[in-house]
Amino acid sequence: MKLFLRFKSFLHETGEVASFTGRFFSVGMRPRYENRELINQCYKIGYLSFPLVGLTSFIMGLVLTMQLRPSLVDYGVESQLPVMVGLAIVREIGPVITALIFAGKIGSSIGAELGSMKVTEQIDAMTVSGIKPYKYLVATRVLATTLMLPLLTILGDGISLFGAYLGVNIRSVTSIDLFFLQVFNSLDFSDVLPAIVKTLFFGFAVGIVGCYKGFSSTKGTQGVGISANSAVVLSSVMIFVIDLLAVQITELLGLN
Amino acid sequence: MDSASNSAIIEIKDLSKSFGKKVILDGFNLSVKRGTNVVILGKSGSGKSVLIKCIIGLLMPESGSIFVNEANITSLSEDELDEMRTKIGFLFQSNALYDSMTIRENLEFPLLRHWVDITREEVDRLVSEALENVDLLHTLDMMPSELSGGMLKRVALARTMILRPEVILYDEPTTGLDPVTSREIENLIMKLQAKNHTSSIIISHDMNCVKKTADVIVLLLEGKNYAEGSYEELSNSTDKNIKQFFD
Repeated sequence: MKLFLRFKSFLHETGEVASFTGRFFSVGMRPRYENRELINQCYKIGYLSFPLVGLTSFIMGLVLTMQLRPSLVDYGVESQLPVMVGLAIVREIGPVITALIFAGKIGSSIGAELGSMKVTEQIDAMTVSGIKPYKYLVATRVLATTLMLPLLTILGDGISLFGAYLGVNIRSVTSIDLFFLQVFNSLDFSDVLPAIVKTLFFGFAVGIVGCYKGFSSTKGTQGVGISANSAVVLSSVMIFVIDLLAVQITELLGLN
Repeated sequence: MDSASNSAIIEIKDLSKSFGKKVILDGFNLSVKRGTNVVILGKSGSGKSVLIKCIIGLLMPESGSIFVNEANITSLSEDELDEMRTKIGFLFQSNALYDSMTIRENLEFPLLRHWVDITREEVDRLVSEALENVDLLHTLDMMPSELSGGMLKRVALARTMILRPEVILYDEPTTGLDPVTSREIENLIMKLQAKNHTSSIIISHDMNCVKKTADVIVLLLEGKNYAEGSYEELSNSTDKNIKQFFD
């Protein structure tokens, strides 16, 4: 019985998220646009997330290289280290780790901010003054997460590759030109494009889930905490589900 | 008094609203004439806030009709409802000021979105005028967190009035305030009503506020309009359900 109720609640929430997403397109995307708030959100969501994404990307590239080296040395293919690290970072690790960091920082922040606005009736105050909160609060945040995550991923990939270059140079000497030449020679269009396109969907999922959880917040301050927490959990799960789907689709399209 | 000023600005007919099995409003009727203040009295949980949330369209009733300016709120499209909401002000019990914005931005927010052709000078003038009306012009660039409870209520009132609504719905405007500040808010409500010729529905438990502001008092009991009359009429009633509010 308990399992059935949980399944029912899961289906109900899935329907609610779908309906919320539908309202994003039907209400949020209609003119007049809140361009000033969109720029403000891009600054908060994109620019202010850059230091965290940059730091984690750098460490990730460095550690990945240091961890991979012994195995490649064993097989006598140490020279392929830049190729392997480059492919791993650009195709998978860069987009997914950046999206997860982004979900932790931005998903929770959106969930808590909107949740707090919901329980203090600020969202209702917008509604009663004839302003659509979807347009001002949801559309701007979802667009900002969708646009900023690909940019952060590209920057994060670059920093990660630089970290990998330093990692390679800990035990051997490789020039930066040679390292990046090897990395870029191993990459082609079908590696870069699907990886960037999927981050658009990751960003959209983080924005929608954060806004949905904030808007459905209840039970006062405790509810705000729950909204922030569940926004991170759900958007992280969504990132892995989208990643799985993206792999299947790129394989079907012959881009793998 | 001409017929326009004598006509009802709000007409509620057979309004019913439930949450699950709990019936909150059960065939409620109300008529608010232009320029009058109607106070809704009732115990906590009797459905007073639900009633005004139905009037503004925050909650949708199961049945019945709510006419504001002869337009039925329950059958308006989302865009039409937004348009109608510009003619109805709503003062929240919690004030509901946008806490990430300055007082100026709080007041500008509805102006810039509804009066799209308005000039910067006109926005500044209207914001200053609204704050002057509540004697808080000096708070223009302050954040809501820097103001006291009474000041927040006055700013919220200024924001409610800025779009020049024809009707204002007050949700317990003096709750949580000290007696002196409560009297100031009551005086302000009366002053702004006289200045802007608005009609009001006021929810209050504060009998001083009720006495000062009510032209008509409606007692909401078990989801229905149990009694209606002036303060004098109801305070002299011998009905125990009415008397308990005035003792």
